[in-house]
Amino acid sequence: MSMMREALTKPILQNNPIALQILGICSALAVTSSLKVTLVMCISVTLVTACSSFCVSLIRNQIPGSIRIIVQMVIIASLVIVVDQLLKAYAFAISKQLSVFVGLIITNCIVMGRAEGFAMKNPPVASFVDGIGNGLGYSVVLFSIAVVRELFGSGKLFGYEILPVVTDGGWYVPNGLLLLPPSAFFLIGVFIWVLRSVKKEQVEKAEFKITKNSRSVKEAF
Amino acid sequence: MANNDSTQRTLLVAVVLCIVCALVVASAAVMLKPAQVANKALDRKANILAAAGLLVPGESIETQFEQVTTKIVDLRTGKFTDDIPVKGFEQSKVAKDTDTSIALGDDDLAKIKRREDYAMVYLIGKEGHFDKVILPVRGYGLWSTLYGFLALENDFNTVAGLGFYEHGETPGLGGEVDNPKWKALWPGKEIYDDGEVAIQLVKGNVDASTPGAVNKVDALSGATLTSRGVSNLLRFWMGELGYEKFLSNLRSGEA
Repeated sequence: MSMMREALTKPILQNNPIALQILGICSALAVTSSLKVTLVMCISVTLVTACSSFCVSLIRNQIPGSIRIIVQMVIIASLVIVVDQLLKAYAFAISKQLSVFVGLIITNCIVMGRAEGFAMKNPPVASFVDGIGNGLGYSVVLFSIAVVRELFGSGKLFGYEILPVVTDGGWYVPNGLLLLPPSAFFLIGVFIWVLRSVKKEQVEKAEFKITKNSRSVKEAF
Repeated sequence: MANNDSTQRTLLVAVVLCIVCALVVASAAVMLKPAQVANKALDRKANILAAAGLLVPGESIETQFEQVTTKIVDLRTGKFTDDIPVKGFEQSKVAKDTDTSIALGDDDLAKIKRREDYAMVYLIGKEGHFDKVILPVRGYGLWSTLYGFLALENDFNTVAGLGFYEHGETPGLGGEVDNPKWKALWPGKEIYDDGEVAIQLVKGNVDASTPGAVNKVDALSGATLTSRGVSNLLRFWMGELGYEKFLSNLRSGEA
C-alpha cells in the first residue's frame, strides 16, 4: 500500500516530471496562458498517462522487446485520439483553444517516459497510480505557471476579472510577454530554482566544470 | 518470455494490437461524430448571431438562429442563386475548386489567393425586406488568416457588427480583434462613401470631429499589421471582387 502512495505522491514534488526530469516542457509552454485550458490539458494528460501505463503494463509480458517502443506509441496514440474526439464532442470551445496540443500529448515525453520507465516493469494497478501521480506532478507545475500567466497577463483567473485591465477601463497594465510562450520558460526556470533551493537533494551534480582561467585578464590582452 | 522475440510472435503482437487499437479509435470516432458535427454547426451559428449583435447568452442558439435565412449568392452577378444547394455547401471547398473560383493575382488585397464564385450569406428579416445581412469575410493579418463575419444594416452600408471566429494573431496585440470594447467601435460605421469603399482602420482615437469619422475605426494599438489586414480584407470583400454588386442589388431590390 505504501508503495502505491509513494507512486502517487512522489512525482508531485520530489520527483516531478517537469521540474526534476525536465520532461513535457513543450506543452507547458503552449497551453498555460489561461487556467481553463490548462485544467483540461492537465486532466487529459493525467488520464492518458494513467491509462496508457495501465494498458502497457497489462501486456508487458507479451511485448516483444524489438517493437516495444512502437507498441507503447500505438497505445498512447490511440488513447490520445480518443481523448481528442471526446473533447471535440463534449468540450468544443476548449478543444478549439487546445487545437493541436491535444494531439501533441502523444509526443509528451512524460507519457512515454512512464510507459517505458515504470509500466514495463510493474503490475497494472501500480502503473495506473504512477501515471496519475506523474499527471498530477505535471499539473502542479502547469497550474502554478498558468496562475501567474493568466493573472498578470490578462488580469483574470479562470476567465473572471481579478485585476481590471486598462483596455477595459481599469488600472492594471497587463504584461503582454506573459501571454506569449517564452514567458513560461522563465516561470518554469523560477519554479525549478525555488524547488531545488528548498529540496537541495534535487540539485544535479555538474557534468563538467569550466576550468579556472590560467591567466589573469591583464595578461590575456 | 523467451520466445517473445521470435518473428512470428512479434508479428502476432503487432497485428493484434493494431486491430484492437483501430477498433477503439474507429468506434470512438464514429460514435462521437454526430455530437462533433452538431458542435461545429452550433459554433458557426453562434458566431453569425454574435456578429449581427443578436446573440442572447443563455438561450438556445438553435431557436435564436430560426430568424436567420441562409442563401447562396453568385458573386459574379451579385444575385441569389439556386444553382448550388444550401445544404452541404462549404465555402472553403468552393474556394479551392478551380472550376468555382478565380485566381486573384494582383487584385489579392486580402491575400487569400483565390476567390470563390459563390458565397453563403445570412439574412435577417423577410424576403425583399431584409433587416440585416451577414457576410463571411476573411483575409491575412500578421501570422494567420482571419475568418469572420461582417453584419450590415438594411441600408447595406452601415455596419451592424464585425467579429472573427478564427485567427492566430498575437494574444494581447493582434488578438485584441476579439476584444468586445474594440468590436463595439464598429456598429454605426459606414462602408461606402460616394460609392467607393472608404472604411479603414486609422491610428489614434476616432471621434465625431475627425474628418470622415463615419468611415474610420481606431486601429488596434501595437498591432499595425493585423489592423492593416483587417482594413484590407474589408476593402477587398466590400469591393468589386467581393460583395459590392450583391449589396447594390440588395439596395435596389434586385438581388
